[in-house]
Amino acid sequence: MDLLLLAIQIPLMLLAAPLVQGAIKTTKARLQSRRGPGPLQPYRDVLKWLSRESVVSDQASWVFRYAPFVYAGAILSAAVLVPTVARRSPAAAVGDAIVFVALFALARFWLAIAGLDTASNFGGMGSSREVAFAALIEPALLLVIFAVALPVGSTSLTALVSEGWPGAARVIALCAFMIVIIAETGRVPIDNPDTHLELTMVHEGMLLEYSGRPLGVLHWATHVKQLAVLSLASALFLPWGMAPGSGATALALLVGLLAWSAKLLALGLVLAAIETLFAKLRIFRAPDLIGAASVLGLLAVLTTFVVEH
Amino acid sequence: MNELGLPDTFALAPIAVMLLASALGPLFARPLARLARLLPSLLLMLAGSLGVFVAVDTLLTGRTLTFPGWAVTPYAAVSLRLDPLAAFFLLVISAPAVAVALYGIGYLDAAHDGHVPQPRTATDALLGAFLASMALVVLADSVLAFMLAWEAMSLVSFFLVIGDGRRADNRRAAYIYAVMTHIGAAFVLLAFLVLARNGGSLDFAALRAGADSLGRWERHGVTLLALIGFGSKMGLIPLHVWLPRAHPAAPSHVSALMSGVMVKMAVYGMARFVWEFVAPVPRWWGEALIVIGVISAVMGILYALMERDLKRVLAYSTVEHVGIIVIGLGVAAAATNRGHAEVAALALVATLAHTLNHSVFKGLLFLGAGAVQTGAGTRDLERLGGLVRRMPWTAGLFLVGSLAIVALPPLNGFVGEWLLFQSLLGLGSTAGTVTTATLVAAGAGALALTGALALACFVRAFGTGFLAQPRSEHARQAHEVAPTMLAGMALLAGATVVLGVAPLAIIRLLRSVTQDLTGAVAHPALGGSGVFDASQAASAYAPWLLIAGFVALGVLPWLIARLATGRGRERVSPTWVCGVRLEPRMQYSATGFAKPIRLIFQSLIRAHHSHALERQVVPPSGMTVRYVEGVHPIYERHLYQRSVTLLMAGSRYVRHLQSGSIRMYLAYLFVTLIVVLLVAR
Repeated sequence: MDLLLLAIQIPLMLLAAPLVQGAIKTTKARLQSRRGPGPLQPYRDVLKWLSRESVVSDQASWVFRYAPFVYAGAILSAAVLVPTVARRSPAAAVGDAIVFVALFALARFWLAIAGLDTASNFGGMGSSREVAFAALIEPALLLVIFAVALPVGSTSLTALVSEGWPGAARVIALCAFMIVIIAETGRVPIDNPDTHLELTMVHEGMLLEYSGRPLGVLHWATHVKQLAVLSLASALFLPWGMAPGSGATALALLVGLLAWSAKLLALGLVLAAIETLFAKLRIFRAPDLIGAASVLGLLAVLTTFVVEH
Repeated sequence: MNELGLPDTFALAPIAVMLLASALGPLFARPLARLARLLPSLLLMLAGSLGVFVAVDTLLTGRTLTFPGWAVTPYAAVSLRLDPLAAFFLLVISAPAVAVALYGIGYLDAAHDGHVPQPRTATDALLGAFLASMALVVLADSVLAFMLAWEAMSLVSFFLVIGDGRRADNRRAAYIYAVMTHIGAAFVLLAFLVLARNGGSLDFAALRAGADSLGRWERHGVTLLALIGFGSKMGLIPLHVWLPRAHPAAPSHVSALMSGVMVKMAVYGMARFVWEFVAPVPRWWGEALIVIGVISAVMGILYALMERDLKRVLAYSTVEHVGIIVIGLGVAAAATNRGHAEVAALALVATLAHTLNHSVFKGLLFLGAGAVQTGAGTRDLERLGGLVRRMPWTAGLFLVGSLAIVALPPLNGFVGEWLLFQSLLGLGSTAGTVTTATLVAAGAGALALTGALALACFVRAFGTGFLAQPRSEHARQAHEVAPTMLAGMALLAGATVVLGVAPLAIIRLLRSVTQDLTGAVAHPALGGSGVFDASQAASAYAPWLLIAGFVALGVLPWLIARLATGRGRERVSPTWVCGVRLEPRMQYSATGFAKPIRLIFQSLIRAHHSHALERQVVPPSGMTVRYVEGVHPIYERHLYQRSVTLLMAGSRYVRHLQSGSIRMYLAYLFVTLIVVLLVAR
């Protein structure tokens, strides 16, 4: 079962991730009355970067060269842990939700030191902001995980997919998680994925010195990261339609796949709507929003507990 | 020691060798050949290895050895005992000692550069005595033995901090350290005396036996006294003021031991109190420990982010990790109090595993800071940079330490934090009260906040210290350090990897400890047991599988790129800085890097800054701007300054007693004697 799920999940994550990014971008363009690029554009971009020559700074050390490899490895490993089509993590024995969070941190650490490695002020700017925001995102993410994990008594991603917990807590936790998603995927109102304006960029700042194949891998992995957090949201908060955790038939898996795609589409639509409705926050107003996610997370824990007892 | 036919007294061999090394240091000092000068270091390495052997043997067999000692008076005996808990802390002392002694060989040779404040002989002698006194602290089985070893440890480390006494900041650091450590010792002694009055003897055995008969308020009082006493040695906020001053002042390999090992002696003491001397610890102390730990963890790492001296960054990070360890102790105590032995055992395993892990990676990082000091002549982050090219080995090893301390998989730091999250979850889901559940969730959130801030802190330390361009002439002229120093660091770096990928080994070692203290054994799903378990509903972490998956998935995109578009090409070109010439001062400084965090957490750390325009220098640029920045820790003004003012006012009155006349003093003695005779009639 696990091997089958792994065989589905690895190509699924790698191949669907650019499409999700493209779909969000197209939707956003339509909402803003622009035509915008088609949903397949991220594939073309990634392929283009992968085939191009890489220009490496003369200041860069081995840290800069290995960072994309570590980033991709950590993000893809985390993505494999998330339950997608079935109510089961394809690699629950390898790692749980805590490992998932830690793998994101590993990716962040390497990208941040790579940003500092080229002696450019833009890289440092991106790294400095990224780690400061992460200091607020991680508690929020963990509190949401704890809200789900406390009634279950386990942080295994297989166990966390349950319909059993109260609706009120679910709604609050989903609100907190939406803020986490926006922050983790670097979207408006916290970061702007479409800008290279030095005063506002966070994630793009760290990537600025990358080009060619390493840049392609980094962008691809970032798309996978987005898909992974969206999948985690749909598994934790919208677990409907997923194939059973053991002894699933081919039909159930197919239904699970369809349900997963529908949920991703819905979440992507919400993200595109948020990006259209809100302006980017001033960089030092963003912590207020991310801080609110932590408070909501704590509230979700409380609600879960009060309703349970 | 029965398997090898060794006598029980062999367990004392490590201490004997440590003392021997301490004695031989000054004896064979000057005139002899290099080999003889190395003798103390080699003996300390031997002592460390023996210590590891004795500790592991005791932990695996789970046996307790007692060494009835020398009775000073019928009430005050000096006796020793090696039980699994003591053995585990002997391991925490001995394992880093090997690496530190090896590193010391090369480090003290670099002393003529003027960085090391002490000559080899004195440092070697004190180092041996320091290790021996710490080993005696954990082996002590009576109040007298414990306090003697405790005071010896404090005194020896005082001399290591003050160095040759020529530098004013070292003298001040040592002075503050001496004051704080003696206040702490007084509280510990007081706690022991309350217990001894109840138990009727100063032997630990009597204190253990008397635990049940303690009154309710005695129980609370003793726990509070022990917490203050040991908390000051651990460096819990607000009792930590000495720590970021004293630890950086000592030679770096001693700092490694002070930060990595000495603070753990207080953790040991606290564990003895919570599970033996006041067992069962009164209700709510576990929760109180969690809150105290959270404060230290969060504030410690925030202060670390504000520092620019690499060793002070590391010292504040020790405050953070002590906080994490105390959170673990609190979870274990709360679970014990509620009768959830399994959860208590898991939390204790998390706490002790993190204790060992921290001594390994903090030792590594302090040795790395010492290497930076030796190789680049400064440890000011604003003057470093670019060391990855000039000191590649040191940079690589420091990076390993940074990855471990930030608790990133697959290194050892993550194992401790993973276990701690699991035990928090265990306490939360068995607690049954809203207060504890909320506290536990807040604790988990705070732990995540601490982890993310630690990531920022070590991205900053490594990124500004080792990467990009050198910020000063010192950093430009940096050179790689001696092979023995690198070997010492490599030993610890190897340990972070081994403890990270084989966490079950350490859990196996801790089985007898948790059995003794909590009566249960923890079985966390670490290391890939139950990979093909059908339900997979239990939390799990398997380092080997994770590494395999990580490497395979990390390679995958490159493989796809290679297949789809052929071999990659690469060209080297200058960094893009909008068309002007790249200069070192363009890159982010350490202070600038932490600025967003300083602004976000302004209300907690009370950062202040001011700028003033000064005289005109060059017409086009107008004025020089002087910019001052710093943090005002709230407790320094409200707690310490006030108590010092009060103390000074009090001493002015007391001074009237000191007339300087010998007749007056004789009168005081006489009156005291009469009073004592009246009271103790």
